[in-house]
Amino acid sequence: MGSCTLQETASPSLFFCIDCGDGFHLPRRVAAQLKNSLNVLAKDALTSMRNLLPIVLVISVFQLLVIQEPVSGLVSLTVGGMLVAAGLTFFIFGLRLALFPIGEGLAHSLAKKGSVFWLVVFAFALGFGTTIAEPALIAVAAEAAEVAAVAQAIESTVEARDSYAQGIRLTVASAVGFALVLGVIRILANWSLPIMIIGGYVLVVLITTFAPDEIVGVAYDCGGVTTSTVTVPLVAALGVGLASSLKGRNPLTDGFGLIALASLTPILFVLIYEIIVQWN
Amino acid sequence: MELIVASSRFIANSAVDVLPIMIFLFAFQRLVIGGPLPNRKQIVVGFLFVVVGLGLFLLGLEQTLFPLGRLMAQQLTDPEFLHGAIELGAAALVWQDYYWVYLFALALGFSSALAEPALIAVSMKANTVSGGAIGTWSLRVAVALGAGIGVSLGCFRIITGVPLHYFIAAGYLVVIVQTVMAPKLIVPLAYDSGGVTTSTVTVPLVTALGLGLAEAVPGRNPLLDGFGLVAFAALFPIISVLAYGQLAMMRGRVPTSNPDGQDRIQEDNHAL
Repeated sequence: MGSCTLQETASPSLFFCIDCGDGFHLPRRVAAQLKNSLNVLAKDALTSMRNLLPIVLVISVFQLLVIQEPVSGLVSLTVGGMLVAAGLTFFIFGLRLALFPIGEGLAHSLAKKGSVFWLVVFAFALGFGTTIAEPALIAVAAEAAEVAAVAQAIESTVEARDSYAQGIRLTVASAVGFALVLGVIRILANWSLPIMIIGGYVLVVLITTFAPDEIVGVAYDCGGVTTSTVTVPLVAALGVGLASSLKGRNPLTDGFGLIALASLTPILFVLIYEIIVQWN
Repeated sequence: MELIVASSRFIANSAVDVLPIMIFLFAFQRLVIGGPLPNRKQIVVGFLFVVVGLGLFLLGLEQTLFPLGRLMAQQLTDPEFLHGAIELGAAALVWQDYYWVYLFALALGFSSALAEPALIAVSMKANTVSGGAIGTWSLRVAVALGAGIGVSLGCFRIITGVPLHYFIAAGYLVVIVQTVMAPKLIVPLAYDSGGVTTSTVTVPLVTALGLGLAEAVPGRNPLLDGFGLVAFAALFPIISVLAYGQLAMMRGRVPTSNPDGQDRIQEDNHAL
């Protein structure tokens, strides 16, 4: 026991030892550490409530003043609100305990290993893997298939729609994987992010003029739905971790930008996918 | 009892979403990096918190905000509500008559962006990385303002039927000009905040608003015109965060005390 340093009291990390990563072996101080982490949780809970207050206010004010219709089930609404607050609190707590450290830790280890190949494999797998199963993407892909059927880009059968939706999902997931690879290489090679992003959007606008009108809206929305709540912290930690473990890189200017690329490439890829589908 | 069943179902769902990512990260660590993960127990506990937190969060949203938000989007876009007592056809409405919709869109975009967990995560990271110079709260207010304005403008687009890519092209022109003028430090973060805004809370609410509006406005097809609001909510935060950087630069040539000092103390001590 004695050789382990504990985290500072201000730290949110539970009662884990910073040096060896093992917890639970300082029984005399466990109580103090537990109290500390409860304090952090309580603070997080207050912050969560402050974060949720605006949306609660907006919904209530519009409900009371504009629509003026009685709302049923006040009890279930209150319970639901408390669930949202508790969920957000736990999520933020877990984020600092797990998602940030593991993302940064892996970025550091990969940088130390010095293998660009594995870094690229990691970035692609992270982007592809977290996107393909994303529920929001599954929903948007199904809607896109519906739109394509109405616009008569594909046949209106169930099979045609399913295979189209599947195609959209694969396209978007590959696009996010590709974006993270591009972003990681950018950090290594020190490319200019503004040029990449602006160039990308110029390309988007150009390709839009060739794409079928009906599908443009869905394609643009695909860029927004890809970056999920679990992926974003991991990707942010990956970028910042990588930038801070390389010499001559600033984590603020070089670490961010991965999410921006991951919102851009899906639009581009989906537009191209739709043009190809229409040509066939 | 019902609540316990529902909670466990949502927590199980979020476990199904998170588990593959967790297995991938652990396997990568073990097979490619070699050796066990540092702080393994802490990370496992953290993942449990993430899974449970995400499950409860989604359950709560599904019980309260989503049905209410969808209902209100429907009610506010209902032609009967829009022209009130006047006996006119919906076709007689001009775009100014939808002022409640714009106001609601502004408020909804703003407040749902503030509740977005992914945005909280990025602002926490930006706060640590910038050594506290970027306040977590002020960055998020900047993003939320952009999201609100974006969603509101997106509603205007659905009502007037102007093609989506005109707005997107114009928006990116503004971004290009701002990128040249804004402090270099804020640019990547501003680009990121676009993608981050549109996540768990914002997308379902904003999509419902767009579909409801496209259904209510004559001559619009919900299938074809209902989309694009998410793209607006993703574009305008870039502009507002760049503007926030420009404002900060104009005010802060002399390194004065930080206006967001309070937030900094609260939330910057998480780096492990």
